[in-house]
Amino acid sequence: MEYFLQLFFGGLSRGSVYALIALGYTMVYGIIELINFAHGEIYMIGAFMGLIVAGVLTALGWPALSILAIALVVSVLYSAAYGYTVEKIAYKPLRSAPRLAPLISAIGMSILLQNYIMLAQTPDFLPFPRLIPELAFMEPVSNYLGTSDMFIIVTSLVVMVALTLFIKFTRMGKAMRATAQNRKMAMLVGVNVDQVISVTFIIGSSLAAVGGVLIAAHVGQINFAIGFLAGIKAFTAAVLGGIGSIPGAVLGGLVLGWTESFATGYVSSDYEDVFAFLLLVVILIFRPAGLLGKQRAQKV
Amino acid sequence: MGQGMNEATNRSAESAVLSVRNVSMNFGGLRALSEVDLDVRPGEVVALIGPNGAGKTTFFNCITGIYTPTGGEVTAYPRTGKPKRPEGIRINGMRTNLVCELGMARTFQNIRLFPSMTALENVMIGRHCRTKTGILGAVLRGAATRREEQEVVDKSFEMLTKVGLEKLANEYARNLPYGAQRRLEIARALATEPFLLLLDEPAAGMNPQETEELKQMVIRIREEFKVSVLLIEHDMKMVMSLSDRIYVMEYGRIISTGTPKQVGEDPQVIRAYLGEDSDA
Amino acid sequence: MAQANPIQHPTQHVIQHVKQAFVAAIWLAFLTLPIMVIRVDTVEKTVTWRWMNLAYMALGSFVLALAWYCMMERRDQSQARKDLETVERDSALSRFLSDPRFAKPLMAFGLLVAAGFPWFFSMYQTNILVSALIYVVLGLGLNITVGLAGLLDLGYVAFYAVGAYTYALLNHHFQLGFWTVLPLGAVLGAFFGILLGFPVLRLRGDYLAIVTLGFGQIIRLVLENWSAFSFGPSGISNIDRPGLFGITYSVEQATTYMYYIMLALVLLTIFVTARLKDSRIGRAWLALREDEIACQAMGIDNTRAKLMAFSLGATLAALMGVVFAAKTTFINPASFTFMESAMILAIVVLGGMGSVLGVILGAFLLMLLPEYLRAFSEYRMLIFGFTMVLIMVFRPQGLVRAKRKVYKINVEQAG
Repeated sequence: MEYFLQLFFGGLSRGSVYALIALGYTMVYGIIELINFAHGEIYMIGAFMGLIVAGVLTALGWPALSILAIALVVSVLYSAAYGYTVEKIAYKPLRSAPRLAPLISAIGMSILLQNYIMLAQTPDFLPFPRLIPELAFMEPVSNYLGTSDMFIIVTSLVVMVALTLFIKFTRMGKAMRATAQNRKMAMLVGVNVDQVISVTFIIGSSLAAVGGVLIAAHVGQINFAIGFLAGIKAFTAAVLGGIGSIPGAVLGGLVLGWTESFATGYVSSDYEDVFAFLLLVVILIFRPAGLLGKQRAQKV
Repeated sequence: MGQGMNEATNRSAESAVLSVRNVSMNFGGLRALSEVDLDVRPGEVVALIGPNGAGKTTFFNCITGIYTPTGGEVTAYPRTGKPKRPEGIRINGMRTNLVCELGMARTFQNIRLFPSMTALENVMIGRHCRTKTGILGAVLRGAATRREEQEVVDKSFEMLTKVGLEKLANEYARNLPYGAQRRLEIARALATEPFLLLLDEPAAGMNPQETEELKQMVIRIREEFKVSVLLIEHDMKMVMSLSDRIYVMEYGRIISTGTPKQVGEDPQVIRAYLGEDSDA
Repeated sequence: MAQANPIQHPTQHVIQHVKQAFVAAIWLAFLTLPIMVIRVDTVEKTVTWRWMNLAYMALGSFVLALAWYCMMERRDQSQARKDLETVERDSALSRFLSDPRFAKPLMAFGLLVAAGFPWFFSMYQTNILVSALIYVVLGLGLNITVGLAGLLDLGYVAFYAVGAYTYALLNHHFQLGFWTVLPLGAVLGAFFGILLGFPVLRLRGDYLAIVTLGFGQIIRLVLENWSAFSFGPSGISNIDRPGLFGITYSVEQATTYMYYIMLALVLLTIFVTARLKDSRIGRAWLALREDEIACQAMGIDNTRAKLMAFSLGATLAALMGVVFAAKTTFINPASFTFMESAMILAIVVLGGMGSVLGVILGAFLLMLLPEYLRAFSEYRMLIFGFTMVLIMVFRPQGLVRAKRKVYKINVEQAG
């Protein structure tokens, strides 16, 4: 039972991070129908920003929890700026281009960002400081639920609720929903579509940055290539839940997290990543609309 | 009762190239077509008219295999090509390419050409299902392949001539003027050797003179290729003067049918077009 | 903005662009500041500040941004022009290459150089050229799938791996020779193409991309983890070079031999793809790429056409896999990563999707430039990624725009 709970909570925290990244994919796809290939790299940059802030503040001798808070804020701001800039450079000029063009441009952007980090920082794995202390009151459950897992789950939950409220109740949230439904129509009724797209990228990148810092603090090391795998897995989560659907991304993230956690726990740990890809392939072939997505009729 | 119905159906079927019985189409809870009956007889020009959103294009999609109707029967009675099957061929849910191969070729309301191919090549695509060179044949390019290829080119060019685009044969489709693109779609459909030509708003966006030319062209094509034509059109002048029979559709139902004169005098049709309170 | 006022003096444009570039440079410098400048060591708790990097970055991005805005203006203007004209202009390069007066002698010259290459250049050079030729074929293969049929396959390298492992394993276990396995690899490649293609090909463009990416990853991960089958990450070594009627030969001669085998395969591939491109099959692929719905409505069996394109591409990749294993005599899963797929895709995109000549140029450019610009080798992938973005934005048709054939019409029939 304890082993089961351990896998359950491990999967939950892992799934929450997938969900955070998946939200960025799903929001962008919902609005401009682009698989933002560089999104995983934004997550990786988020982790690196966290590392840099943490490194500087640790050298200055600050306390761990305040470092974590500052690292989160700085990393969110910078990643948002990166997301915004990437959209302006690689996608905006291609609004009216054929469908494959922005996708290829996104792949190029992903390669560019990975190598930029590799050259500017290092190709090796860097240790990430332990920013999340073991809290005393978590002692009784610590066998299956560590403080950092707890921290990830709670933070993700808060962020997701905030996002839901934003989309439901703010003016910008409404504009985003309208644009996702019909971009032309939204433009006609006076929605500034360019602005909506920018905001979508900013929000998506911020969420990815939160995920990046949390997972880095949890795992304890990062390198320039972590974004690729995390990106594809998060995309799997988004597709699993039904791309374009926000609750779907969260559900997909959790399902993927649990699948991986239980499969590696009970089946084999060698094939950890294979499970994710198998899930992706199977879902896309048998239920491309995902768990919560709607099958759209093809326009002729 | 069933007996009587069947007999009636069979009788009308004998003289039809396409017979549609009771076709319905639901999207989720939305009923886009309900119990539509429609016949096209050999050599006839039949028009399907109705207000925007009445379900006309959905109907086209149902009979060309793009959608599978939720209910009803669509039966084709090919007049060209292979052994005729007097009992007809049921085509609901058949794959689009097979419907085309059977001899029902269509055009699209929002033009769907192959933009980076030349006009001639667009028409050559229409010849695809009437030719059979495979990978090996294409690589080896033997005598048979070369002959077939030249035949495709010549025949396609002939089709371009029929719609008056022979001078633009080697232009990219994306660079053609709007009216020419519409005509190119017709040439492409003709190249598949259809017995029934389905035209979805062929005159949309054309000026009166172009529309008149289009009308003459459709008449010419019908005579020369012995095809039947089913067209969706909003231009009443063209519909009235061109069609042998008209079906009027509203909210997914056929509300009236008959010759242009009959339909034009049907109070239900007038109401559908002018609104409920036409007397006000 | 600049376009709205045609009376504006050209220098005003430049001044405006300089201003824009200045802002962009400041923004990018700010953006890259922490990552370019700060390096932390969390174990030793030390921080290194590298302020010079900021200066380089600012200067570099200013120059790039200036070029970007100038090119952007040109792009917008040429797009506006294109809306007015129906006649399309080709670039000087593709005009030059398609002019028979230059193209014919150029081709003859190229063939002559290619034929004599190993006799005039060192083994090292020949070896590089063999690699480049492998990428030419890979590019042409992917060009069928992506360039002609419009199916974005991001797991192309998986088929390359299939070929390489087919040869390596059959050679290791059963001592089968290169010439026996070469056709076998091709058949297996086609088989895998159909096997993977069948379930995935009904997916829409970008979903297809992701599924093929997933398949590619699965194959690589299986190769890495299933040691009993594939010998895991350590790979397979001592693979036999191609046999030559039982004659033993030196490494140098082997390179020359490999070179001629590759040259023959390249010529064969060019021949096949060029013929297919303007055939009934090639036209169906193009139609498929341009508009799937219209394509099927005009009587083309989309599934069949897709499978053909997919498995033909796979066949060529598997063929090259066999050659690759024989050339390096050692393979492991590290040669078959996503980056490899991305590289081959870049060749196709840079060269010009659908253009055979373009893809050949693209392969040479991408494979040979980094070899001869050793100083930049670190920046290779960085430049690479950036180039992909730039090409999509400024020259989506690639180096050579794919041209459609002008057909001859029998006038008497056309009457």
